[in-house]
Amino acid sequence: MADLDEVRDTFQFLDDWEDRYRFILDLGRSVPQLDPELKTDDRLVRGCQSLVWLVPHFDPEEGCLHLEIDSDAHIVRGLIAIVLAAYDGNEPREILDFDIEGLFGELDLMRHLSPTRGNGLRSMVARIRSVAEDAAAHATLPRR
Amino acid sequence: MPFDPLAAARAFPLIDRGENVYLDNAATTQKPAAVLDAVRRYYETTNANVHRAAHALSDAATQAFESARADVARRINARTTAEVVWTRGTTEGINLVAQSYGGSALGPGDRVLITELEHHSNIVPWQIACARTGATLAAAKVTPEGGIDLDDFDAKLDQDTKIVAFGHVSNALGTVNPVRDLVARARAVDAVTVVDGAQAMAHFRVDVQELGCDFYAFSGHKMYGPTGIGVLYGREELLEAMPPWQAGGEMIEEVTIEATTYARLPFKFEAGTPNIAGAIGLGAAIGYLEGIDASALASHEDRLLRTATSRLSQVEGVRILGTAPDKGPVLSFLMDGGHPHDVGTLLDQQGIAVRTGHHCAMPLMQRLDVPGTVRASFGLYNSLTDVERLVAGVHKTRSFL
Repeated sequence: MADLDEVRDTFQFLDDWEDRYRFILDLGRSVPQLDPELKTDDRLVRGCQSLVWLVPHFDPEEGCLHLEIDSDAHIVRGLIAIVLAAYDGNEPREILDFDIEGLFGELDLMRHLSPTRGNGLRSMVARIRSVAEDAAAHATLPRR
Repeated sequence: MPFDPLAAARAFPLIDRGENVYLDNAATTQKPAAVLDAVRRYYETTNANVHRAAHALSDAATQAFESARADVARRINARTTAEVVWTRGTTEGINLVAQSYGGSALGPGDRVLITELEHHSNIVPWQIACARTGATLAAAKVTPEGGIDLDDFDAKLDQDTKIVAFGHVSNALGTVNPVRDLVARARAVDAVTVVDGAQAMAHFRVDVQELGCDFYAFSGHKMYGPTGIGVLYGREELLEAMPPWQAGGEMIEEVTIEATTYARLPFKFEAGTPNIAGAIGLGAAIGYLEGIDASALASHEDRLLRTATSRLSQVEGVRILGTAPDKGPVLSFLMDGGHPHDVGTLLDQQGIAVRTGHHCAMPLMQRLDVPGTVRASFGLYNSLTDVERLVAGVHKTRSFL
């Protein structure tokens, strides 16, 4: 799985679109495929063009949110690798504080987060944030 | 004389910039300077509300606005301008028919027949009309080539069928449907016909009397005109009998608190201040199209389609969807190992604008069992060089997948 600093560093070296997209496609190949049985409608984040499935697991012991995400489009899987590098295994508060738009802007991939692309990425980020919010609210409840 | 796409391209400021290869004309076309100038000139010299004030500016605006309606009537060969209702676009035109005509003509036990080839805007309005009236909705199947299965169409066209609605040209596959034939079949069971003409108007001359349909809806922005303006053609006796749809100013004759009498056609269906600038822009687009030799244009666009089809068929792993013999300049395809979204993104990086996705035709995508397609759709300013750039772009895209 990709490491966020590695992704950032590599993007710095890639100055033409071909190398950037080849790298994104490579990143996508590193994302584990979701068990087909988990690709159900309730886990689907629907985009106009491609489908994204999201399976979040909150571990209350560790206080971390683990994510399994998959898509039927290769470039979207590459973008998922970047989202996982930024979010996966982090505490809900860290996820909510993380500036994902800033990251996508820095990597010059902002257009993939724009509402017009309709590739499910934006809705996926919104859904992860909402899961993180629920988990954060849960985590701050006084323990008995 | 053959059509010269390079000369045509110079009339379109955005195309003339040459920044990208624009192959998304089925979504919307670019606008020629003649249209842009007409809209600007209207606002600079003639802007006033229409049909009401007693001042010269309003007279001039009304004249320009109604003259655009006459341009439309002439272009589609409507009998009178009373048969030309301004709408926001094809979608609004179909909704008008579904709600006003459908709402009063349909009842329990009645049937509306559409096809699996339709755009959502020729499906959902009928679902709503059926739900409201107790009628049922049936859809004729498509053939593997992307045409309407006429046997299935006939089987589903029964005596209970009151409305038959279908597209002239498929937005997703380009199939040109046999409108006259379908209208004749519908008429045999006394069903009213509604044709979605959104994808036809930019490519060939439509004659509503020759087609024989009862309603024909289209959009200005897909025929080199502005967005937000469209037309619903309806046969006068049907429009006359239909109840008003939206209510407000413009569509009334006399209002008291107790009751209202409605304006004559077509104003009965045009509540509120209309899109005056849009109508004038659409009139200018028609003027632009009328300045072009229709048969030279048709052979130019057909040549683009045939060249693109044959060149892309030769690329390994490319599958073309929609192989009906009669097609508008729309080419839908898939690439092995690549989702349409991947292909679209990689073509976009190469400056080639295509549409990817389900093209607002999800039932058709389900029937073809594909997640969507990549769609290149041509306009009059596209050239064989654009086709070559598309083919080169597809080859490069293939190297990524």
